[in-house]
Amino acid sequence: MAVAARRNPLLTLGKYAAILFYLGFALFPLYWLLKIAITPDKLIFTEGTAFWPSTTTLGNFTKVIWQTDFLRFFWNSLIVSLVSAAITTVIAAASGYAFSRFRFRGQKLVIALMLLTQMFPLLMIIAPIYKIVATLGLLNSLSSLILVYTAFNIPFATFLMQSFFDGIPKDLEDAAMMDGCTRFQALRKVILPLTLPGLGATLGFIFTAAWSEVLFALMLIRSEDSMTFPVGMLTFVSKFSVDWGQMMAAGVLALIPSCLFFIFIQRYLVQGLTSGAVKG
Amino acid sequence: MTQGTQAPGATRAHQRFVWSRLIEPYLYLTPALVLIALVMLIPLVVGVSYSFQSIMLLKPGEAEWVALDNYLALWSDKKFWISLENTLVWTFGSLFFQFTLGLGLALLLNTRFPMKRLFQAIVFLPWAVPTFLTALTWAWLFNPVIGPLPHWLAAIGILPEPFNILGDPDLAIWGPIAANIWFGVPFFAITLLAALQSIPSELYEAAEIDGATAWQTFTKITLPFLAPMIAITVMLRTIWIANFADLIFIMTGGGPANSTQILSTYIFTTAFKKLDFGYASTLAVALLFLLFVYAVVLLALRRRFVRL
Amino acid sequence: MARLDLLGIEKRFGSIEVLRDVNLSIADGEFIVLVGPSGCGKSTLLRMIAGLEDISAGDFLIDGERMNEVAPRHRDIAMVFQSYALYPHMDVARNMGFSMEIRGAEASVRSSRVAAAARTLGLDRLTQRLPRALSGGQRQRVAMGRAIVREPRAFLFDEPLSNLDAALRVEMRLEIARLHRRLNATMVYVTHDQVEALTLADRIVVLNGGIVQQIGTPLELYQTPANRFVAQFIGSPTMNILGVSRTERGVRLANGTEIALPGIDGPVAELGIRPEHLDITDPSGAALTGTADVVEHLGSDTNVYVLVDGLGPLMVRQHGHIGLRAGDRLGLTIQPGQTHAFATDGRALRT
Repeated sequence: MAVAARRNPLLTLGKYAAILFYLGFALFPLYWLLKIAITPDKLIFTEGTAFWPSTTTLGNFTKVIWQTDFLRFFWNSLIVSLVSAAITTVIAAASGYAFSRFRFRGQKLVIALMLLTQMFPLLMIIAPIYKIVATLGLLNSLSSLILVYTAFNIPFATFLMQSFFDGIPKDLEDAAMMDGCTRFQALRKVILPLTLPGLGATLGFIFTAAWSEVLFALMLIRSEDSMTFPVGMLTFVSKFSVDWGQMMAAGVLALIPSCLFFIFIQRYLVQGLTSGAVKG
Repeated sequence: MTQGTQAPGATRAHQRFVWSRLIEPYLYLTPALVLIALVMLIPLVVGVSYSFQSIMLLKPGEAEWVALDNYLALWSDKKFWISLENTLVWTFGSLFFQFTLGLGLALLLNTRFPMKRLFQAIVFLPWAVPTFLTALTWAWLFNPVIGPLPHWLAAIGILPEPFNILGDPDLAIWGPIAANIWFGVPFFAITLLAALQSIPSELYEAAEIDGATAWQTFTKITLPFLAPMIAITVMLRTIWIANFADLIFIMTGGGPANSTQILSTYIFTTAFKKLDFGYASTLAVALLFLLFVYAVVLLALRRRFVRL
Repeated sequence: MARLDLLGIEKRFGSIEVLRDVNLSIADGEFIVLVGPSGCGKSTLLRMIAGLEDISAGDFLIDGERMNEVAPRHRDIAMVFQSYALYPHMDVARNMGFSMEIRGAEASVRSSRVAAAARTLGLDRLTQRLPRALSGGQRQRVAMGRAIVREPRAFLFDEPLSNLDAALRVEMRLEIARLHRRLNATMVYVTHDQVEALTLADRIVVLNGGIVQQIGTPLELYQTPANRFVAQFIGSPTMNILGVSRTERGVRLANGTEIALPGIDGPVAELGIRPEHLDITDPSGAALTGTADVVEHLGSDTNVYVLVDGLGPLMVRQHGHIGLRAGDRLGLTIQPGQTHAFATDGRALRT
């Protein structure tokens, strides 16, 4: 299809127009967010629609970091997201491996179960989960969130890991087992080193998902000590007369971890899905 | 571990190996299965049972079984039907644009141009932005005092004058939809790109030699190959979008006048604000049922029309 | 080195029977080749010996000990895979020494054995390289090196040469033959290429559709094939098969020619003649006459595809160069005693 473009200048023009469009489309809201974050308070409403404030300030950032509970929210989110991502990846690697390498009885049933979990609205179980967590005395604790996020992400993470494992020839385990490994040793010494991109991609994907989850965090955590980022920011809005500059500054800071992670891993996501798709 | 004295027999071999075929895979699967059962499946069953009870969290200890009362209330609940209609608008409005823009992006990424790596990383960013941030930012963008969109829309004539569409019952739903489109394009772009890249290039070369135009190549080679992936992603995404309450909840809270209330946000506010777990669960069961019907219909359609 | 015994081996995948009643005894130091068309079960059989597939029925013994339920890593057998299955993230030295690494062998012992194997295979300058920096032939040798380092009781080869180009294949074939001679090891080798089978094997096992067709030395298979399948599988170009009708003392060909088959009883339905056992003569007075259809000049041999009057196409091979052209008329004689009689069920009938 690149060949057709070479021959037709109009098509090439259209292609570059499309590139610019998508770039602008993706970046514009983020740019706006950044713009407000560096606008000093008094100019936020008066220069609301300007493309760039007449004076910029980093004051919002410093205020957010040093004068609010921002750091604690950030820290809570970081813990929850990292731990959830780590635990989920390990569990999903095991189950993804099972799906990739074994033909076992009940396989179809397990797959159906996993699909089922992807289909029903999570909100459906928000009430029971609240009650269960409350009964266990785990309300307002980060571990309840970790538990919930881990379970929610396992099905998709399993699918991702399975795709990555499918891309590695089964011969390698056979050779390792002939060389003296148990299957688990083969997995550890031979297969896992080859799926590092897959592990990284899965980690990053779950981190991003956990990092931005709002509703369950809102439901299960009401005390400010344990609030994660999204919840913290939203209570900002409702509690205090909103300092938009600070809000947006906090927003920009919130962006950084998930965007960084995602930028690194998105290439592997495409790769992994491709090789999985090819194997069928 | 060598043995040598046992009597020959097929049964022994059968025993040993089938056994290891059965426990070994499940050893790997157990953690996943346990977690899913505990955190998702059991609460699911519990949730369904709630729909038959009246549970108000503020009046603990007064939970009682009211059988189908909740469902009857559902039937006559105007808000329910409004949210149902809104859910449809929300879902298919978002889906259509997400898909077409995502497909366009995937096709674009399947070609060659300078700095494509950088472009790809940037263009996939919206997926990584936390949804609450997306919601807040887009709410800002639509606010005429602090955002440019109402002014642009007025300038090109879509709006008679710049105002905040989030406050207009007729137009409010398009605010979250716009945010959802921005957020969802990368998903389709990534999955469709993966599918596009798995199409063997020999097919394109053969088509070129046979004299196919770009359009013919697209419709006769690319689309049929993409069809299974399209079917799966569209089905999954529809369900996710229908369930996706974050954006609406944060941008409009379901208002004004329930014009943006979709089933999921209705469920959430019932549970979160009114703490009426019983009715919330009833709504959730209704939503689940509808999605299930949708999935079944789509699978049946797919089996009929998609051949590959 | 070890003696392998397969007694009544069967393999089923669900309800599909893939191997039936395989009986084979491999002597210590013998080179056995399993050969047959795709899907005949030869690779499955090899993998069962390795322990990578389980045995549905029957017994598999190594040196008299029953191995059916023993895991691959305890069987002390090494395998060279068709795809080589080299560990991509380890260099050549580590690949070859991996089995010792797993068993916790001392690093010095490991490196000396690896170095010796590398020298034997001509890999000593490549030990630090990763598999992806090697050519196909080099990877093949690393795979063999990995097996050699283990000093196992037996070697298994699963179509190791099929991914190599023709010239390399011949070279590696010689390497394997030399390796066998040097190590005097028991080797089981799977291939679909009958040339590899004939050149490498002490004995060949011909398989088709999961059933053993014949076990014998290359010469036995060539001179006295047990059935029509083996007769046509071994020998290139393929043996000519002619439908015949039984007469009192032999058979009659479709064109009326009678051929005596003294000492052969039974319902002969077909007669087989190898192309190299037909001689080209002057057409006048010959029992079989025909026209040359396609002539292949190989220099060392000449293959002539002949349309025989009243019979149909026959393939003839003559040593050296024959100045024939397509369209030339010629006669054919059959070398005496070089026919093979087959019954209706394909079984060979002999005196």
